[in-house]
Amino acid sequence: MTGAILLTLKLAGLTTLILLLVGTPLAWWLSRNRVWWKDLISAVVALPLVLPPTVLGFYLLLAMSPQNAFGAFLKAHFGIVLPFTFEGLVLGSVIYSLPFVVQPIRNAFEAVGRGPLEVAATLRASPLDRFLTVALPLARPGFLTAAVLGFAHTMGEFGVVLMIGGNLPGETKVLSIAIYDYVESLEWTQAHILSGGMLLGSFLLIFTMMLIEKRSGRLY
Amino acid sequence: MATLKARFNGTVGGFRLNLAFEVPARGVTALFGPSGCGKTTLLRCIAGLNRLPGGECILGDEVWQQGKTFVPVHRRPIGYVFQEPGLFAHLNVRKNLIYGMRRAGLDHRHSAQLAELTRLMGIAHLLERRVHALSGGEKQRVAIARALLLEPRLLLMDEPLSALDQDNKNEILPYLEQLHARLEIPVLYVTHDRREVERLADQILLLREGELLASGDIGEMLTRPDLSFGRARDAVTVLDGQVRDYDARYGMSTLQIDGGTLEVAGNLGPAGSCRRLCIAATDVSLTRDNSHPSTILNRLPAVIREILPADGPGLNVLLRIGQSGQGSALLASVTRKSVERMGLEPGQKLYAQIKGVSPLATATASALSDRR
Repeated sequence: MTGAILLTLKLAGLTTLILLLVGTPLAWWLSRNRVWWKDLISAVVALPLVLPPTVLGFYLLLAMSPQNAFGAFLKAHFGIVLPFTFEGLVLGSVIYSLPFVVQPIRNAFEAVGRGPLEVAATLRASPLDRFLTVALPLARPGFLTAAVLGFAHTMGEFGVVLMIGGNLPGETKVLSIAIYDYVESLEWTQAHILSGGMLLGSFLLIFTMMLIEKRSGRLY
Repeated sequence: MATLKARFNGTVGGFRLNLAFEVPARGVTALFGPSGCGKTTLLRCIAGLNRLPGGECILGDEVWQQGKTFVPVHRRPIGYVFQEPGLFAHLNVRKNLIYGMRRAGLDHRHSAQLAELTRLMGIAHLLERRVHALSGGEKQRVAIARALLLEPRLLLMDEPLSALDQDNKNEILPYLEQLHARLEIPVLYVTHDRREVERLADQILLLREGELLASGDIGEMLTRPDLSFGRARDAVTVLDGQVRDYDARYGMSTLQIDGGTLEVAGNLGPAGSCRRLCIAATDVSLTRDNSHPSTILNRLPAVIREILPADGPGLNVLLRIGQSGQGSALLASVTRKSVERMGLEPGQKLYAQIKGVSPLATATASALSDRR
């Protein structure tokens, strides 16, 4: 049981970290750019919101499989095999939770607007400098929301994990799969402990986030 | 003296510009015109915030835009004051002020300039405050100080008072006048408010629909018969005077103006110093007779140049001061009835009685060039 909890936290933590690193430039680009195909990218990023997780998992499994081009490439050049491994889960989670991280950050950047950045430009700040010292700090509340949503959403994923990760203890057996297993084998106590823990943990996470948002809302 | 040379043709941000000018970079140059005439767009093009291909912008010997050359905003030695103060919400007042100084490579720890400007703008007591706690007027004063602390070669101001209510406006104007009197940085000042032009500007670029309608020194522009300034019911004349002496008994200063002398209440500075004076057209009346006494001290010989139709029922008479009309221009607001009864016509000699003269805090154009 502890193994599943630790694995889930590790997966969610790592996924959130990667998503913040990848999602920030992506959100920045989406909030600034006006090229016609921007909406196309935007829709692709948002797709996991509406796509059934099993469908996403199915295609990911196909792509990762060493029988196909992407999987074969990874195996030949880096010796990486993704299906039914922790690394595969991380990749799947990153794609699955992408919109939950990109959207709040993008909204925050859009709320900052052009004004403060133009002001910074007239105060001798280079484009990178403006991004780091004006856009990022002013968009801070959006980053908090993004991190919490990305983390929580990854914690609860089931369909994608089942499709590409299977159920290997210590490697791919995350909380939601463990709960499913306990229920299947009628081990109600364990299922209660894990589910109750998840419920309480999720509530505390969201509640804390709202408190912090309220506080920073007062500050700005 | 350095000049600002600009030429912009084309459409940018929904506005069409089609103009070229070269003005001496000194004092305050007002970009004046109705809303939507492209003033702000022009200012943004000069700053480099908008890029109009094929445009040209040169300050002195520094090419900012010409042909393929385009210096990005953050490399231009400008200060920019926006309509909205645009203070950074995540920094306190002090950090807002030094944000630009650090990037411009200026020492902000021992800056006499910082101390001087915060005192001059009346914000020294606000330095540790968060910006959302400031009033609109205080915010704009911080924004102005922040721009000036960059020690720019050109200060661009885009209707810095328009977002403020009347109280805050009245609070800031004296600070701007102070700055004008003490700073040597040339300023481009966008406004559609004639009052601000009269109080602050040394020269005017008059814009209409993206084109340059006229340009010149303030004294000349306000009294040009072909422009709308002189036709307003509340038209004013702005002229430069030099203090001759001060009579402490009555508390009156005597000033030499082009074509005569004026007595003005108050001590307007040591003999020889220059002051800008503002005379409302409604404070000037006309008489043919100089003999009978009057409480009005300033009675100057003048010649009628033109009688202009004014907004409303009255007329504005454009005069030149002096026996033969060789001096400064002066506007007098009169009624149609008076004009008919006195038979006023261009070329006639008479006397202008001036009831009120307001000294402005701003330095005169000549004082500005003396300092260089």
